Amino acid sequence: MAEQNTGARIPTVIADELHIVYRVNGAKSGKGSATAALSRILKRGSDDAARGVRKVHAVRGVSFVAYRGEAIGLIGSNGSGKSTLLRAIAGLLPAERGKVYTDGQPSLLGVNAALMNDLTGERNVILGGLAMGMSREQIRERYQEIVDFSGINEKGDFITLPMRTYSSGMAARLRFSIAAAKDHDVLMIDEALATGDRKFQKRSEDRIRELRKEAGTVFLVSHNNKSIRDTCDRVLWLERGELRMDGPTQEVLKEYEKFTGK
Amino acid sequence: MSTRPSPDDGLSPTELAAKYGLAVSGARPGLVDYVRQLWGRRHFILAFSQAKLTAQYSQAKLGQVWQVATPLLNTLVYYLIFGVIMKAGRGMSLDTYIPFLVTGVFVFTFTQSSVMAGVRAISGNLGLVRALHFPRASLPISFALQQLQQLLFSMIVLFVVAIGFGSYPSLSWVLIVPALVLQFFFNTGLALIVARLGAKTPDLAQLMPFIMRTWMYASGVMFSINHMLADRPEWVVRALQVNPGAIYMDLMRFALIKDYGASNLPPHVWAIALFWAVAVFVGGFVYFWKAEERYGRG
Repeated sequence: MAEQNTGARIPTVIADELHIVYRVNGAKSGKGSATAALSRILKRGSDDAARGVRKVHAVRGVSFVAYRGEAIGLIGSNGSGKSTLLRAIAGLLPAERGKVYTDGQPSLLGVNAALMNDLTGERNVILGGLAMGMSREQIRERYQEIVDFSGINEKGDFITLPMRTYSSGMAARLRFSIAAAKDHDVLMIDEALATGDRKFQKRSEDRIRELRKEAGTVFLVSHNNKSIRDTCDRVLWLERGELRMDGPTQEVLKEYEKFTGK
Repeated sequence: MSTRPSPDDGLSPTELAAKYGLAVSGARPGLVDYVRQLWGRRHFILAFSQAKLTAQYSQAKLGQVWQVATPLLNTLVYYLIFGVIMKAGRGMSLDTYIPFLVTGVFVFTFTQSSVMAGVRAISGNLGLVRALHFPRASLPISFALQQLQQLLFSMIVLFVVAIGFGSYPSLSWVLIVPALVLQFFFNTGLALIVARLGAKTPDLAQLMPFIMRTWMYASGVMFSINHMLADRPEWVVRALQVNPGAIYMDLMRFALIKDYGASNLPPHVWAIALFWAVAVFVGGFVYFWKAEERYGRG
């Protein structure tokens, strides 16, 4: 599918030898007591390790170029750095070394953190939309669409109830609907498709294809090889923070399935 | 990957990025751009602060009544301890001391809770910072705004108390508005500063209550600095009076309370209040912006 516009393939995301390192406070193995913490602080030195800060090298030297119109799947076992890589592309995690260049502002499909369980679904739609950078007018226009898409009101007037009263499936559907309401240049989705019932999953897959048409590039993290196969034409396989394979979906998935012993 | 030759083959990533006008992701915008982005997010900032305010008491049976009940109960506790037991109001009649105390508690609480919320503005919202893109200053500003709205609820109680003790609305009440505006800017600047500090060192959130309490007792919330320290050197009194914690409090008392005259205020009081507001707000904003790209690091 990506081949349809070769010749004028326009890059949208370029990762150049990207390294991401997390620093975790007070996670040094061994004693976790107060005295141990104090002695760590008192141990002067510029060395992080000496002060009990542990480094986690989550992404190690990943390079790739993503083009307009591509849908790229990210696979790899748990903790292989997939979500970290997405956050770095979105500019949400600073790079230790290397650079990410992007066209426009890549957005992570995830407004979960902006929503508040104590507020009604209605107010959360507005808050989530504003958090994603939509204007009040845009939200007003899309409001009905969002509510209909989530299917929250199919079983009664739930949108005016606080979100804490929702079932976990309902809340997940509303979150996805809010997140998917905005058009993006580069869109990144982190395991969002696993939410909701089969009917809603189908609807979300359709919505992702639609977003892909409007957006330049879509990244999708998933452990579900089927949903990767259904939506992506290129796959990046990460293992231990390194890019192990990069290629067409079928080839990479075949190798990956061999690797995981499926 | 496509094996077809492309005119872009052989270009380094940097050259490729330059050719198609790609920008480095997550780079810090210039100060002017930053302010513009922040202005673009004004609706989010307001909505976020209101949402926080509403969510605060939404599980309580009395709901939003607590917005007013909490400051009222606070006042009662301080009145019992300082007014009845310790008789801290020397040099003042009861009609002056009660509104004096209530004003002090509310106005200082405004600063105190802005700082307390500010210190956790980034470190307590890492999920949000790591998931969405927005100028990070939105968070501390939003929290300061939430405290302002909280204070407006407290003002209802304050007006009732003032009128109840014989200080009726007069022309001087107009001064409440500039005093509040200046204090809000001061608080926001302070929230921005502690937000950056707290993002780097979350331990500050544990330390802050003690710092704030020390500051509160030194600023004359429960007693008049003039009377309490009458036998101390003049410069001690002045130093305590011009500290921003005391100055906004005294301005509010001066505006609100009938028998709290200008003799209780240090000279050039409005200029000092303006200075604190501008210096701390601008300084805090720039200080916060300087670390913009580093917030959210693990």
